[in-house]
Amino acid sequence: MNNSVEIKNLDLQFGAVKVLQDLNLEIGKGEFLVLLGSSGCGKSTLLNCIAGLLDVTAGQIHINDKNVTWAEPSERGIGMVFQSYALYPQMTVEGNLSFGLKNAKLPKAEIAKRVKRASEILQIEPLLKRKPGALSGGQRQRVAIGRALVRDVDVFLFDEPLSNLDAKLRADLRVEIKRLHQRLENTMIYVTHDQIEAMTLADRIAIMRGGQIMQLGSPDDIYGRPVNKYVADFIGSPSMNFLDGAIKNGVFTVGDLTMPLDGYEFASGGAVDGAATIGIRPEHVVTGELVDNSPIRIDVDVELIEPTGSDKLIDCEVAGHHFRVRMDGQAEVSVGEKLRLGIDPARASLFDAATEERL
Amino acid sequence: MVDTSSVSLTGPQGPKPRKALSRRNIFLYGTLLLITVYYALPLYVMVVTSLKGMPEIRLGNVFSPPIEVTFQPWVKAWAEACTGLTCNGLSTGFWNSVQITIPSVILSIIIASVNGYALANWKFKGADVFFTILIFGAFIPYQVMLYPIVIMLREIGLYGSLGGLVLVHTIFGMPILTLLFRNYFTSLPEELFKAARVDGAGFWGIYFRIMVPMSLPIFTVAVILQVTGIWNDFLFGVVYTGPETYPMTVSLNNIVNSTQGVKEYNVNMAATILTGLVPLTIYFVSGRLFVRGIAAGAVKG
Repeated sequence: MNNSVEIKNLDLQFGAVKVLQDLNLEIGKGEFLVLLGSSGCGKSTLLNCIAGLLDVTAGQIHINDKNVTWAEPSERGIGMVFQSYALYPQMTVEGNLSFGLKNAKLPKAEIAKRVKRASEILQIEPLLKRKPGALSGGQRQRVAIGRALVRDVDVFLFDEPLSNLDAKLRADLRVEIKRLHQRLENTMIYVTHDQIEAMTLADRIAIMRGGQIMQLGSPDDIYGRPVNKYVADFIGSPSMNFLDGAIKNGVFTVGDLTMPLDGYEFASGGAVDGAATIGIRPEHVVTGELVDNSPIRIDVDVELIEPTGSDKLIDCEVAGHHFRVRMDGQAEVSVGEKLRLGIDPARASLFDAATEERL
Repeated sequence: MVDTSSVSLTGPQGPKPRKALSRRNIFLYGTLLLITVYYALPLYVMVVTSLKGMPEIRLGNVFSPPIEVTFQPWVKAWAEACTGLTCNGLSTGFWNSVQITIPSVILSIIIASVNGYALANWKFKGADVFFTILIFGAFIPYQVMLYPIVIMLREIGLYGSLGGLVLVHTIFGMPILTLLFRNYFTSLPEELFKAARVDGAGFWGIYFRIMVPMSLPIFTVAVILQVTGIWNDFLFGVVYTGPETYPMTVSLNNIVNSTQGVKEYNVNMAATILTGLVPLTIYFVSGRLFVRGIAAGAVKG
């Protein structure tokens, strides 16, 4: 077995409420797995189950090929980083780092060695004698990571560690966490609702909804081939455009617009007929000269422009549906102007209108 | 850079000037002054009366300062006033009260804080039911339980002793103190508790190393509540102790309400001030911490 963490048929209920249902997940050694979902989807609950902070209703959890379903959090070989940092306010940074090691009754020399190493890695050596109250948000989160680091464990659990930080610091620490992962090669399980964090950090992403994993795959997979409409809508910013229509003989029709689907890879192998929804990412729509090479061309009126600096988002209407297009930030375009869009069906996604599953 | 060269301004600028003797101020400070006098006047009368001799009191000028200051009433109240058969003043009662209050306060706070901690952080089966029953206890009138407790104390041989009263105070402090501690511990971030568990600390490890050091304000509130409550208690004191072990409040009552002889107002006043001195000191010393502790549950730090 080469899996670091295995979750088998996991159920968790709070009274009558099923939070996790028959959940199975295998996480390889050294893998960076991100649990992604909107709030209330059970991602933090799953992490707490892995950590042993919640008793499971049914199923097993294995860490390093050992069944730890009934083990105490401290016996599971995990380190955990919390959203609110959860630093012990009355202890110095050094005290915070060594608290777990003292509880494990490690010799003093060993504790000092590990604290020194962790503080070197995280560059918090000058802060060791300070109390958490005298640290900035970024420093606090670094100490919190250090507290997991000194435990010298194989599995790191992160529970939305960057959510309390401002945007710039979040981006900086995100890179640091990625570096840390490359350096330590530990297994990391990371919970977030921020898709950018998920995409940038993960080896694999598990998209969760209603206590179940909707899709488990690489960031590319999830972005390019979402298994259902929910995942397609959830991933990507600005979000995907959806047009409700029908497929007949390999042609998608919406209103008086027809789109031949040549080049689209159907999940079942061949084209399917029936009511369907096509999903097109704003960044996969081309304009200008590139339109001539596109299999599908549409003429629209520019209704609204949202400049973000690097990009310009164009709002328009396609066959009665609201539609957004991403253009270059330097593009010259004005409201009311006519615009010709080009779409490549190979990069689009088709979903069954009833089940919302990928076709 | 945006041009920020200063321009000379005309018209209203900066803070709006306010009159010291505005109608608002007169009303505000007038009300405060009135209330202060209302509360301070009785204390003034007590202090003044306690420093007068009896002849001077008989003149009837309640508010006038003493012409001849005497500390004799204080000495008498403390050491010589008669309560029933003995004439030891309040001193016996004072030491009894000390012996009752200190162990009761310590014991009840220790037990209640552990209770509150367990209820807040270690959700066990039936915790909610247990908590409901405990809180319900706070609403049962003490009078209902007076006699059953007399019998219980007699059966375990503690009736009439200081130990019995300590036990009673500890038990009766439980509902409100447990509620206080539970609510405080619930307001502490749960992730802190989780982090400590991941760090391998157990029930007592988390309690002593994480929770208690963060809980100074609530412990202060508990100490104040218990010290004043137990020190001022009269009902339990008079029911569960004997003449040898009467707490100070009971002694005070016996001095003030003695029906024989002349009413010595100066001694009564001195005795009352002496009895109220302990809670008063506690309030003065820890008033600021008290307010912080009471507010701690409401405001997130």
